[in-house]
Amino acid sequence: MNFIDTHLLSLILFLPSIAAIIILFLPKGEDKLTRWFAFGASLIPFLLSLVVWFRFEAGQPGFQFEESYVWYEAIGSSLHLGVDGLSLTMVLLTTLLTPLAILASFSISDRVKPYMMLFLFLETGMLGVFLALDLLIFFVFWEVGLVPMYFLINQWGSANRNYASLKFLIYTMGGSLGLLLAVQMLGVLFGTYDLLTLYQRWNSLEPGSLLLGMPVQTVKTIAFWAFAIAFAIKVPVWPFHTWLPDAHTEAPTAGSMILAGVLLKLGAYGFLRLILPLYPFEAKIFAGALALLATAAIVFGAFGSYGQTDFKRLVAYSSVNHMGFVVLGIAAAGLASGTIDANIALNGAILQMFNHGLSAAGMFFLVGVIYERTHTRNLEEFGGLFPLVPVYGGILIFTSMASLGLPGLNGFISEFLVVRGSWPILTAYTAISMLGLLFTGAYILKGIKKVLHGPLNEHWAHGEHKLTEINTREVLVMAPLMVLILWIGLWPGWILNVINKAVGMLF
Amino acid sequence: MDFPVLSVITFTPIAAALLILLLPAQRKNEARAVALAAASFALILSFGVYFNYDQAAAGYQFIEKYNWLPALGISLHFGVDGMSTPLVLLTGVVMFTGVLISWGDDDKHVMAGIQDRPREFFAFLFILASGVFGVFVSLDLFMLFFFYEIAVFPMYLLIAIWGWIVTREYAAMKLTLYLFLGSVVSLVGVLVMYWVQYQNTGVLTFDMLEMEKAGFSQIFQNIWFLPVFLGFAVLGGIWPFHNWSPDGHVAAPTAVSMFHAGVLMKLGAFAALRVGIMLLPQGAQSWSWLIMTFAAIAVVYGAYIAFVQTDFKYMVGFSSVSHMGLVMLGFSTLNRQGLLGAGVQMFSHGVMTALFFAVVGMIYDRAHTREIPELGGMNKVMPFAAIGFIIGGLVSMGMPGFSGFIAEFPIFMGVWGRQWLVAVIAIISIIITAGYIMRNIGQVFFGNMPEKFEGHLTDVTVLDKIAITTLCLFMILIGLFPGFMVPLVQTGVENILRLLGGA
Amino acid sequence: MTTEALIWLIPLPPVLAFFLIVLFTNKNKALSHGLAVGAAFLSWLGSMIVFVRALGVEHLGEHPFESSVNWLPIGDTWFRIGVLIDPTGAAVLFFVSITIFMIFLYSVGYQNFGQPQGGNDVKGLPPHGATVEEHGHKHVVPSVEPMYSRFFAFLGLFAFGMYVLVVSDNLLTFFVGWEIMGLCSYLLIGFWYAKPSARDAAVKAFMTTRIGDVFMLLGIAYLYSATGTLSFREIFTEETLQVLATTMTPVLGLSAAGLIGLLLFIGTVGKSAQFPLHVWLPDAMEGPTPVSAMIHAATMVSAGVYAVIRMFPLITADFTGHGLTTTMSIIAFIGAFTALFAATIAVAQNDIKRVLAYSTISQLGYMIAALGIGAYVAAAFHLITHAFFKALLFLGSGSVIHGMEHGVLHTGNHHVDPQNMFNMGGLRRKMPITFWTFLIGGFALSGFPLITAGFWSKDEILADAFGHGHLWVFGTLAIAAFLTAFYTMRQITLTFLGEPRTKEAEHAQETPWTMTVPLIILSIFAIGYGWVGIPEHFPGLGGLVPNWFHEFVGGTLAEHPEALAFNWIPLITSLTVALGGLFFGWLVYRNVNSVSEDKLQIPLLKNKYYFDEAYDFLFVKPAYWVAETLVSRWMDQGLIDGILHIFGPVTDKIGSFIRKYIDLLIVNEAVGDGSYKVTWWFGRNLRTVQTGRIQQYLMFALFVFMLVGAALYFYFRYFRQLA
Repeated sequence: MNFIDTHLLSLILFLPSIAAIIILFLPKGEDKLTRWFAFGASLIPFLLSLVVWFRFEAGQPGFQFEESYVWYEAIGSSLHLGVDGLSLTMVLLTTLLTPLAILASFSISDRVKPYMMLFLFLETGMLGVFLALDLLIFFVFWEVGLVPMYFLINQWGSANRNYASLKFLIYTMGGSLGLLLAVQMLGVLFGTYDLLTLYQRWNSLEPGSLLLGMPVQTVKTIAFWAFAIAFAIKVPVWPFHTWLPDAHTEAPTAGSMILAGVLLKLGAYGFLRLILPLYPFEAKIFAGALALLATAAIVFGAFGSYGQTDFKRLVAYSSVNHMGFVVLGIAAAGLASGTIDANIALNGAILQMFNHGLSAAGMFFLVGVIYERTHTRNLEEFGGLFPLVPVYGGILIFTSMASLGLPGLNGFISEFLVVRGSWPILTAYTAISMLGLLFTGAYILKGIKKVLHGPLNEHWAHGEHKLTEINTREVLVMAPLMVLILWIGLWPGWILNVINKAVGMLF
Repeated sequence: MDFPVLSVITFTPIAAALLILLLPAQRKNEARAVALAAASFALILSFGVYFNYDQAAAGYQFIEKYNWLPALGISLHFGVDGMSTPLVLLTGVVMFTGVLISWGDDDKHVMAGIQDRPREFFAFLFILASGVFGVFVSLDLFMLFFFYEIAVFPMYLLIAIWGWIVTREYAAMKLTLYLFLGSVVSLVGVLVMYWVQYQNTGVLTFDMLEMEKAGFSQIFQNIWFLPVFLGFAVLGGIWPFHNWSPDGHVAAPTAVSMFHAGVLMKLGAFAALRVGIMLLPQGAQSWSWLIMTFAAIAVVYGAYIAFVQTDFKYMVGFSSVSHMGLVMLGFSTLNRQGLLGAGVQMFSHGVMTALFFAVVGMIYDRAHTREIPELGGMNKVMPFAAIGFIIGGLVSMGMPGFSGFIAEFPIFMGVWGRQWLVAVIAIISIIITAGYIMRNIGQVFFGNMPEKFEGHLTDVTVLDKIAITTLCLFMILIGLFPGFMVPLVQTGVENILRLLGGA
Repeated sequence: MTTEALIWLIPLPPVLAFFLIVLFTNKNKALSHGLAVGAAFLSWLGSMIVFVRALGVEHLGEHPFESSVNWLPIGDTWFRIGVLIDPTGAAVLFFVSITIFMIFLYSVGYQNFGQPQGGNDVKGLPPHGATVEEHGHKHVVPSVEPMYSRFFAFLGLFAFGMYVLVVSDNLLTFFVGWEIMGLCSYLLIGFWYAKPSARDAAVKAFMTTRIGDVFMLLGIAYLYSATGTLSFREIFTEETLQVLATTMTPVLGLSAAGLIGLLLFIGTVGKSAQFPLHVWLPDAMEGPTPVSAMIHAATMVSAGVYAVIRMFPLITADFTGHGLTTTMSIIAFIGAFTALFAATIAVAQNDIKRVLAYSTISQLGYMIAALGIGAYVAAAFHLITHAFFKALLFLGSGSVIHGMEHGVLHTGNHHVDPQNMFNMGGLRRKMPITFWTFLIGGFALSGFPLITAGFWSKDEILADAFGHGHLWVFGTLAIAAFLTAFYTMRQITLTFLGEPRTKEAEHAQETPWTMTVPLIILSIFAIGYGWVGIPEHFPGLGGLVPNWFHEFVGGTLAEHPEALAFNWIPLITSLTVALGGLFFGWLVYRNVNSVSEDKLQIPLLKNKYYFDEAYDFLFVKPAYWVAETLVSRWMDQGLIDGILHIFGPVTDKIGSFIRKYIDLLIVNEAVGDGSYKVTWWFGRNLRTVQTGRIQQYLMFALFVFMLVGAALYFYFRYFRQLA
């Protein structure tokens, strides 16, 4: 017991991988067993993170549940874990979505073992990024996460999967090169990768001095962009977003759920955990540029989504649109760090990360549900399915409304906070992004209209094509998401309180 | 430690080789058995050395010294430090796995492993192995050189006789010439050093520990560093003297390619370090910019060429050029992180590229082509090999969590310490590597299998799987727990830094 | 139970009903509508109690019922949400609860509860009627709505939204209710989603209102960041308003108060279907007649006006009393313009519901105009009276249509449109209750003098406009009033008077009690509610009953608006326009028997000034183009991916270049072994020894050693000084 208490985070982090290795030794062909084992195994981290959530003292500054183990002494990197309100929220999101995603992939019957193993490894990879308090560890997990996702897309994806997976991998890796270089440089300069140390020492470099033969400011500016681009690609911020529609669309359902639900958050988390504390000055200078890109993401994301005829692509683009608000909030916070407006914007941005995690995962799952039955994602081939699948239709409308930002559901609160926070700081950009908000409505309604409404497409009405109603397992996947969506929408205090305190202490 | 472990390790292979040669030619399996026994024995001993090396004490350990030609100051002086210990282990591992994957099975229709005259094959392979061990453990310059030559000679035969029919003549010749010319150049340097230190100290000795104290003048070091270093580095595949190696890899039979890329190239790098940098430190400092340039070019250049290769083995061959470039890059920084990284990279690349060639060999033995576009769907028939290759690929693209990252990261840190621009340029190689590795994995293992292969291909043998597993284990082990190797290498690095004047 | 607690509870029953129906009772129709109607009743009861208690409180304006709780943590403080009932709120709550309750009741009958299940009815389409066999002969009767339960669920959610909006004490929850109603209108307009027209109308309604909403959201964000609060009471304090009124913005030289007001008002323009965002409302009539239509027309749209009433102190913050502020004049203009412009369209419509839809737009314009010129009480008054008689009219028209449908089912001729007034006529005999109630509603709408509620409220607006010297507003509204009376009479004449023009009209039938009872109740209010607001200086009647409404609602404002001095001109005007309009309407249409005889079928009016076409051309089509062509095809797939796709080939090019021209050509040839010849030369000489005799290689090595020795000798002869 005591061991568990003292190693909560490392248990959360590594249990999935351990489970994955155990799966390797499960008997062959026992798909059912494998699935349930994976599901059960992924529940443990969730429960543990709940324990952390309830034991966590929001009011207390700094990181909690810290653990530190020797890892790479020679270059001053150690496995330093810890959570604050910001990372804890993300950890909770990850450990919540993974079991659901695994439950969602019970319909996978091809090579179940490797599939489940990759998924659990993926969970470790994502959690590592959120838990790391060591820059090198952060980078390690940042990159490691790519591999399982690459193979999930490449092996279990749909038609165009090779292109999509390669684009995803190369693009993200390429984007991380700058990050890699910057990380190395920081390591060389300070001989340690411990974030807490870096925060102080990196910022305490006096501006005049020279660094690698260049003025500190220049170096910092370059390093800032190295970081920013790596994260911007992951978020993704316009114009680095084109990998996303492909990857999301080709990935297996559960893969898309995790991609949209958690992986995109890694980028935003990078902004919050690394860029704002490490580059407050540059963040202020370049906030305008960042806001511009964010606004572009919001507007073009919405338009792009509206322009799709593939249901899944439509949802994928919606992620660009929604994550744009996260970045907008971050940009605002960077520009006016420390003000109440900045705090509100950050609250919004972080809550938006969580909310988008819920709604996007839900949307992708629902797309997957109908795709599994009809084997098409072409909106033109659906139509009037509501009478065939009333329950599914209801759930779809509900989730869509959450994604649309309907007041009373979670999306609205975060988007409102972002808008509220950014308005006094980045008035023009905020005003323009409203156009995006408008078209959010447009594409969401388009989706509903094309799938559920209109004259029934007889093709799905009877015969072997008859569309079957969403089954219990699938409802069980959606239920927790819907409950949270509604709960946060009506009573956001429970989660915002944690976020708010963290923001207050961080920035 | 009284048991002369190093000399035993060194001479076990050659003894085994003689034993094998005494066997009648048709007793193939006996030959293989002896080979495996000897390899395992050597491997176990090298593990013993690896784990019994006292990191706290550091310095050279397991020292053995027997006079050989006192008149000329030549002695059989063995000992290992933090730099060479991993390489001894590496040799043990590659030798062991090499034997496994060249086992061959006479009854199966598929031509796996070595069917043709395994007796001689193993004999030469082991002579080579002895040479390699010798170089890594020798503290005597003459002996080092002697073993070096022993290690190089058999390559010619192994390639020319068991190699790929199309290019083996050419490749073997090319390889031999390069290596000879290289060694001649460095030999000249070595002898000059021998003589000059005699002039300075009045002691005739090839003992490197002595020669370290010889106090060569700055200008002398400046003149002789390049020939010595480059001469050896040719075997390390340094740009622009790398061309023998891809051709050699391609022509060589699988086990030989493994040895060649996995160990021999380290031989060159190691000798260049031991003799070039450690004996002529000032020279190294004044020339490091050139080495760094060569290395940086090699890194990117190799990656680019590998990117366009359609021959699987050439692809791996040029990736080796790129990765050995990283080793040289680490050397050229002459600082703690760089050398540390280089040390680990030598091991990591050795294991990785051995694995590559092993898998490529397995595929070739079955598909009888190495043209990547003609391959496909291998994952269906040999999933195990596929996983092995994927892990190797991740290592080679420097994916964190695998040994490649642990090795490359400090190298780049070292470069930052010297010249950030080089780091920025060299880093490109990572993404290009990722590009061709992933593309080729996608094609060869997951692409559509040409119907001519349907049903004709068999899975890899158990021995192959053991070999693959062994190699993978090392890459993952180091990747997850750098502590497994890094502190050991560090002790070696400290020693070098001492010679460099605490640089 | 304290009043505050009660107010908290008012919105809950409907939403609970919604969830219960959706999750559990979906299958059981009776249970579902039982839940819904019961919930509506509870909310109505609660509202009434609150209303009565409100009446009992002195100076409710200063000390309203309010209570709030922490909701969102913001920095070190919390954003609080809560409930607030001040006089205006109480008055609105009064009519809202009644109308909503009526709607619920009416729906039971309208959706044909108790009728058989239609044989070929499908979900998503209106019921086609069912064939039943009664002692021998088959005949067709109305069939129950296939999605009966769902309909009541939506109604419940809608009621929840409306109540939340009314009782909330801050702009954020106000907006929440606002948007929930938006969703419900989307769901209800698209209730028969299988009809493409309904589906598109739903999307149109949602999108058009959303345009307003995003601006409103901006306004809220602005207000919040400017004042640090969204609670009405805190914003409407003297000093806060002062600050807002004095801080200037770069936009149109507006004060912060003005700009915020304007942004919020745009939200209203969308919700209350004011020009130029009015286009959605007529199409909204696609919803199940007439309940959802009535929801938009009578209840939800008044939420827009209610928003402006709520924000009145803010909008008029920098209003000195003479000379409207920019914001106010914009509001006044849009209101007045809409009032007239919608009325002109209504004149040429033949669909009984569309006429009412446009009249709603026009009447809302009245209220907006009134607010624009600062006539707070008059606007509130007209809002409420209008809600009553317009609800009455819509329900009446629904009843008419229902009756007509009965006729259609009887004759089985489904080509006859039961909503087209030219297919009706003479219904007064067939459906007397409907006729009389509709007549009352119609007269109220036209402002029939003295007895109808509409007269008093409309008259007050005109009086205000005149009294404060906004003559152009006065004029516009007067003309609009005339047209209103005219098209109302046209409607009544065509529908009820004269002789039946079709068989269907002959076989029309009076509707069941569940539908007629609400009509009767509402018609009582359509008359009686006017009496609470008679100006005391009104000749004759003035002072008989105290002008309770003015006192009570006026008390909401910080400074109580003084009662207006009486003036004959507006009174005469309203009398003339009302009576004149009615008279002409009857005169012109009393013996018009077909569309062709109607002189006012002017294409421009019939086609609503071609707004739909214009918007389609100006906004909708370009939006498609931007989305599909510009962003998706050109920018993403073309430009960005195009750039990305360059990398692969470029790397290839570089690679093969290096290999071909550097590696093979230079490095290999020059640095390398030089030429194949040399190689082969060596090859020939060494081939003999490929049998594996190591010694020869050692010999070769020795030979090398000797070479080296020579070199050394040479070296030491000349260069030893270097050492």
